Amino acid sequence: MIKITLPIGKESIKKLKAGDGALISGVILTARDCAHKRLCETLANGGKLPFDPKGAFIYYAGPCPAKPGKASGSCGPTTSARMDVYAPALLKAGLGGMIGKGEMSDEVRKAIIDNGAVYFAAIGGAGALYGNAIKKSECIAYPDLLSEAVYRLEVENFPVVVAYDCEGGSIY
Amino acid sequence: MRILNTDEIENAVYGLALNAGVSLTPSCRSALLSAAERESGKVAAFALNTLIENAEIAESEKMPVCQDTGMAVVILELGQKVALEGKLLSDAVNDGVRRAYRDGYFRKSVCDPLTRVNTGDNTPAVIHTEIVAGDKVKIKFLPKGFGSENMSRLYMLKPAQGVEGIISAIVETVKTAGSRPCPPVYIGVGIGGSFDTCAYLAKKALTREIGSVSPRRDVAEIEREALKRINALDIGCQGFHGDVTALGVSCEVAPTHIAGLPVAVNVQCHCVRGGEKVL
Repeated sequence: MIKITLPIGKESIKKLKAGDGALISGVILTARDCAHKRLCETLANGGKLPFDPKGAFIYYAGPCPAKPGKASGSCGPTTSARMDVYAPALLKAGLGGMIGKGEMSDEVRKAIIDNGAVYFAAIGGAGALYGNAIKKSECIAYPDLLSEAVYRLEVENFPVVVAYDCEGGSIY
Repeated sequence: MRILNTDEIENAVYGLALNAGVSLTPSCRSALLSAAERESGKVAAFALNTLIENAEIAESEKMPVCQDTGMAVVILELGQKVALEGKLLSDAVNDGVRRAYRDGYFRKSVCDPLTRVNTGDNTPAVIHTEIVAGDKVKIKFLPKGFGSENMSRLYMLKPAQGVEGIISAIVETVKTAGSRPCPPVYIGVGIGGSFDTCAYLAKKALTREIGSVSPRRDVAEIEREALKRINALDIGCQGFHGDVTALGVSCEVAPTHIAGLPVAVNVQCHCVRGGEKVL
């Protein structure tokens, strides 16, 4: 397993190959269906996103509420394909990559190559394990969306597999 | 007549829901263990072992196995010698669900289909009621995640397509879904009935234990053959390629119209949760 501490630069992303196992530490941001709709509407209207997209990693996830004393509840990945329509715009805005589960569209794969990004697959269904890998969680946008809001997570040793690398390689 | 207060149904739903969120069914757990043992794909085996570790963490820390704690599907088999008293039956079920999702720190995943505004408490539950003989009430609880639900399909086949058509429909559904529904999947199939009952049969099939076999030989053969062909697809755990794409296929059948052959394929992820209680 490769150890990765986010954020990472384009040079480090280039070294990742589809099929590589990795343990991620650092900062990731959750967003799923409703949050993506708002983010992309903001981009389309020339507005400012609630976070700096440059080099950021979005985690397609919506956590369970945290129990007292815990940073997060269970928080595994959701199906990435639902974000197919939104991902290219965010990649163009400078996103370092995404973490989710399952295949994404050819258009997304192309945007990953064009922008030197990477797509990691987390293990879908391993919600408790990922929840425990989250050491800090803070809602930074759209609190009205509840579990669908944007959360800034600090994670430690979060297991993933490189699904799409920046040269077109795929695990699927 | 036996009098039963709906408070008892509420409490039973509460207990079933609370337990379901944090534990896999025993048959799912053994199916995953057996899958991890026989999986030859390296990345898929890593993913399977991660899932087993996850289930252990969830059980011991009472954390949701998966953050998608699902829509609450409740199937009630009401003995017709039971008279219910107390609050409205659907209110009792929804109150049980609401309390469990709050107390269990489960995700609330139910929203308006158009405005997408969350109802905030995971209600309403999906409630099916059947009137059966006797003086008991059986409650089946199945939390249904939507990564897999989204990959489900209903086919209105022609009678001429027969058994081969049914098997092809099942396999095609799993193939099209690919890595998206969190394989290895469990497949519930409804065969026959009408457009609506067929889908319900498929859902009911998912309440059967993984590995259980239909009492009808011809149906059991469809289950066996479909599972064999699905596991030859090389999708594997999480789509990482491998020998185990499905943990099982369960089919439920009902008589249909002479002009039709409805087939519903309800996809369930590897996180099979839920249970039942008889009152």
